[in-house]
Amino acid sequence: MNDERDRQWIEVAVKAARPQAVGALLRYFRDLDIAEEAFQEACLRALTTWPRKGRPRDPAAWLIWVARNAGIDDLRRRKTMEGPPDDIAVPAADTEAALADRLDGAAYHDDILRLLFTCCHPELPVQQQIALALRIVSGLSVVEIARAFLISESAAEQRITRAKRRIAEAGLPFELPGATACAERVTAVAAMIYLLFNEGYSASGGTLHMRLPLCEEAIRLARLLLRLFPGDCEVMGLTGLLLLQHARAAARLDADQAIVLLEDQDRGRWDRKLIGEGLFLVEKAGRHQRAGPLQVQAAIAAVHARAGHPEETDWTQIEQLYALLETLQPSPIVTLNRAVAVSKAHGPQKALALIEPLADRLSSYFNFHGVKGALLAQLGRADDARVALNRAIVLARTPAEAAHIRLQLDQLLRDRES
Amino acid sequence: MRYALLCYDSDDIVGGWTTRQEEEVFAKHEAVEKELADQGRLGPNLSLMPTSAAITVRSSGEPIVMDGPFAETKEQLLGFWIIDCASLEEAIETARRFASHKQTGAIEIRPVALRDQARA
Repeated sequence: MNDERDRQWIEVAVKAARPQAVGALLRYFRDLDIAEEAFQEACLRALTTWPRKGRPRDPAAWLIWVARNAGIDDLRRRKTMEGPPDDIAVPAADTEAALADRLDGAAYHDDILRLLFTCCHPELPVQQQIALALRIVSGLSVVEIARAFLISESAAEQRITRAKRRIAEAGLPFELPGATACAERVTAVAAMIYLLFNEGYSASGGTLHMRLPLCEEAIRLARLLLRLFPGDCEVMGLTGLLLLQHARAAARLDADQAIVLLEDQDRGRWDRKLIGEGLFLVEKAGRHQRAGPLQVQAAIAAVHARAGHPEETDWTQIEQLYALLETLQPSPIVTLNRAVAVSKAHGPQKALALIEPLADRLSSYFNFHGVKGALLAQLGRADDARVALNRAIVLARTPAEAAHIRLQLDQLLRDRES
Repeated sequence: MRYALLCYDSDDIVGGWTTRQEEEVFAKHEAVEKELADQGRLGPNLSLMPTSAAITVRSSGEPIVMDGPFAETKEQLLGFWIIDCASLEEAIETARRFASHKQTGAIEIRPVALRDQARA
């Protein structure tokens, strides 16, 4: 076993143990900074101890034990400002086993849950929730977080520091809330994870490879949440939705890093393994007949995933699902998406009638003008289409979006010349 | 004698593998599988989706359907191989080879009690 491989396997084990370990340390120290620093210290010790003495039977238990001792020593040192502390006690094999057995209990769930709830504290703006979860739960470095969000390191650092200060001021939730409040917090955690995924997914072309880890991290957190709430249909829907969307990652960009639309994607490059798991979760959630917005969005992604070719897509079913989503979560954007499905199932005229009432509310939304332009072009109203598409170009947020609209404008031009 | 080699590991750890780590493990597994298959000793073998996809049907008068895995454990059943071995030593040796491809988890050897009547 060489050092490089050893280090890689330790990294995986430490990352897997992290939510449980930091959660347990947070319960013990009741302070995010101390819990995090103690865990870092334990990780450093793991890097030197494990290759020498062999991996412990339960890495999480080992890390919690060592981190707790390190944290206590650190607190003692800060208080007394005395010389260097005694060597941190490394648990003997039998105490470690006993500790591992204790950790198997209900505390495991509650610790992770408390950690997730803390990061999604209602006092925190959502961007701070995401940054904090990435730092504390996932263990991403400030540099990695800054790069993923395309912000400076100091800005990322500030987001995390502010989040921690706010939480300290508001008081940590050490008692887990009752069933109703708990369900609300789960919804907040699910929403945070979905936003995190979208941060990675909606990236403009050139930076996609840097942002894919955000998608993967979001999936990991969704699976974690699902293990805590195996019967929560919306958490099943969330996990399914992320898996089904992420399955298309390899087909979403062409060689020039431009966005490839769903109907033009090479479906052979979709990840069948992720699709299989995603479809199963959608089906599993559907058994309960308790529809929620995330499940419906996952069901829409499932219809696309089931179509081997774009022309096999069941647009009628997608239209019905968007109609259901409109009743669960009314929004002009959902109506706009429904209109696209309507145009596929019933033609552009009906779709145009559906989006015209949205003009006021979506006047500054890129996609509204893009869809409107495409519908007008299909109806042969080239001049009106050009006006809408030009408006869309002005509002495009990324070069890839603008390039996509430009293609449609070029097509209009060619149609006129031919 | 027919044996089931049951592969256990943590969903968290296996889910956290890099693509390279995953390919490395599977490539080594495949080499052993090919050898067993060439000797006519490899039966059904498969890997399972993570336990977040599990559903449990529990017997209790009228069976109850529950979301989630059968048991909350640190290590979960990830997949299995059915193999033919001349002796227990041979089964242990095969399990040892599969186990050496990764750094965590365990392989449980369970002799098969009753053969699938359709296949026997």
